[in-house]
Amino acid sequence: MSNASTNQETVHKVSFLDRESLHIPILKILQADGTPYEEAVLPQIDEALAKRIYDACVFTRVLDERMLGAQRQGRISFYMTCTGEEAAILGSAAALDDKDVILAQYREHAALRYRGFTTEQFMNQMFSNEKDLGKGRQMPIHYGTAALHYQTISSPLGTQIPQATGVGYSLKMKGERNVAICYFGEGAASEGDFHAGMNMAAVLKSPVIFFCRNNGYAISTPTEEQFAGNGIASRGVGYGMHTIRVDGNDMLAVLAATQQARAYALEHNAPVLIEAMTYRLGAHSTSDDPSGYRSKEEEAKWREHDPVKRFKLWLINKGWLAEADDEAMYERYREEVLAAVKVAEKIPAPRIDEIIEDVYDEPTPLLKKQLESLKAHVKKYPQAYPKTAGRL
Amino acid sequence: MAEMNMLQAINSALRIAMEQDPSMLVFGEDVGHFGGVFRATSGLQEAFGKARCFNTPLTEQGIAGFANGLASNGTTAVAEIQFADYIFPAFDQIVNESAKFRYRSGNEFNVGGLVYRTPYGGGIAGGHYHSQSPEAYFTQTPGLKVVVPRNAHQAKGLLLASIRDKNPVVFFEPKRLYRASVGEVPEGDYELPLGKAELVKEGKDITLLAWGAQMEIVEKAAEMAEKEGISCEIIDLRTLSPWDVDTVAESVKKTGRLLINHEAPLTGGFAGEIAATIQEECFLYLESPIARVCGLDTPYPLIHEKEYMPDALKTFEAIKASVNF
Repeated sequence: MSNASTNQETVHKVSFLDRESLHIPILKILQADGTPYEEAVLPQIDEALAKRIYDACVFTRVLDERMLGAQRQGRISFYMTCTGEEAAILGSAAALDDKDVILAQYREHAALRYRGFTTEQFMNQMFSNEKDLGKGRQMPIHYGTAALHYQTISSPLGTQIPQATGVGYSLKMKGERNVAICYFGEGAASEGDFHAGMNMAAVLKSPVIFFCRNNGYAISTPTEEQFAGNGIASRGVGYGMHTIRVDGNDMLAVLAATQQARAYALEHNAPVLIEAMTYRLGAHSTSDDPSGYRSKEEEAKWREHDPVKRFKLWLINKGWLAEADDEAMYERYREEVLAAVKVAEKIPAPRIDEIIEDVYDEPTPLLKKQLESLKAHVKKYPQAYPKTAGRL
Repeated sequence: MAEMNMLQAINSALRIAMEQDPSMLVFGEDVGHFGGVFRATSGLQEAFGKARCFNTPLTEQGIAGFANGLASNGTTAVAEIQFADYIFPAFDQIVNESAKFRYRSGNEFNVGGLVYRTPYGGGIAGGHYHSQSPEAYFTQTPGLKVVVPRNAHQAKGLLLASIRDKNPVVFFEPKRLYRASVGEVPEGDYELPLGKAELVKEGKDITLLAWGAQMEIVEKAAEMAEKEGISCEIIDLRTLSPWDVDTVAESVKKTGRLLINHEAPLTGGFAGEIAATIQEECFLYLESPIARVCGLDTPYPLIHEKEYMPDALKTFEAIKASVNF
């Protein structure tokens, strides 16, 4: 039936719709002091789950603080922090089954930690050493691991969005009770791949949770220069998709929304869009200085909405965390991360032979020839290639 | 054996691969019930259901991204891009994603079970956007295989091999041969090897190298040259990436001359890569400069299609010029 999906209501006077025509409320469960709103319906969460989430919160805070420092000292080439967005990432990751496939952008390493990525694995990737699962080929923070169902990050923005639609469809066809979750920022949502992936997921009925971190900025570009509509959520409705907007600094709101999104996606074989309103407290990356495009006052205001602090207050109210234990946890992770840095930076780079592996499933004859020629050259000028010359 | 045109041979390959691999999906614009604008996927939805052969919304970048996602999760994905002229919106997904999936993840993930099928080439009054031969854009991308068949028999065997190959393949189908090329094709399962050129005809004075629909052209030019006493050796490259240097070099060492023909524009075309490599491999054997008979460095024109094309006459002239150098 052609155009059966559009409604048939008619009017007889010109009447335009505008961005305010669509009312999109924001889900909030926790108040600033860590107590739930009176009418709030809490997500499913017990002490073990709460502690697993909080542990990843603290680890991520410590990792970000330490690795920012390590980059400043020139020990790693690049870094990006998750600071301010921990609740958006962990509240959603904690609502998933550990076999749900994660397709992330690059600011979601908290979710990877939640899944069980070890401190050493983080370090090996950032230091591009021979123990890195990615064999030292990609920039720092481009993590990925098949064992934890976390697809490898790539830099081009938005490309993972239609891919998530494909992963969801594949899971459905295999009859697995799992979904794909796709993280992206509000800037990436301006890419054509956002449109392609969202529309295809709705039409092809793919069980995917599209999770947008709307943190106010894409590098230096504020949202008013990114879109003129009612955020990203308004678009979900336009694609015929179940959609919700949540307070991204509210761990329990994100958890509640994602738990129900997952149940809906599985039951209906359909995608869901979650827009989490949050704020990027740190710089875009170590190559960026936010003082050039936003005020200290604005940052300070958002620091008062620290998602980790709000969740911590809730845990303390519940009697699941004591202040002293919290401090001890931070201290333990600071030591662990620092020790792991020292170990990882001493592990050598992958052998030069790795440079031609995995381009194809088997190196081609031409690649083998190019490697032999490269090795002969390195042997001739070993001082110019210190990372590999000693290990030929 | 049965008589099939190239579309029937492709359809037969898809059918066999889908029967054998229950995870395999075929999708793209209009490939479902309608069976594709060229009818290559005809009957597949009826045979395998709407969940395995289906239409997508009209978005090439979406089709490619979706295909990457399917393959990354272990599903065999055969995506159709309706015309190769429209593959460019998917270029980022193919070049930055499909091609680098295995390498960038250290083989944690791969999209090896992925084929992009797309009709390419001129000769059908297709103007700018129904005639292009964009293979050279893809041969510059490590991680992709690029395959072009020349007739129905080759199309079926190479497509089956491409679907089962553990690397993403861009499979260009010469659309002017879809119905024009008819021949004996085995009804059952068979594969032709990727990365291997085929010596189609032996000769001793000059090597003629082409792929896809241009194979007809060089064969015609060779007949004309033979009448003038020039013996031509003819090779179908079949796979452009990774390409079979050895077979071409061996032939050129014997004949001492090489002519490469392709429809795509000359500058930056794949013939340049072949010429440079063969010059390096066969420097002491070459008796004349390597000749390239290609499309002009213009967009593909409508009314001057005949003039634009590297046809048999142009090829014949270039053969004589090479032999008489």
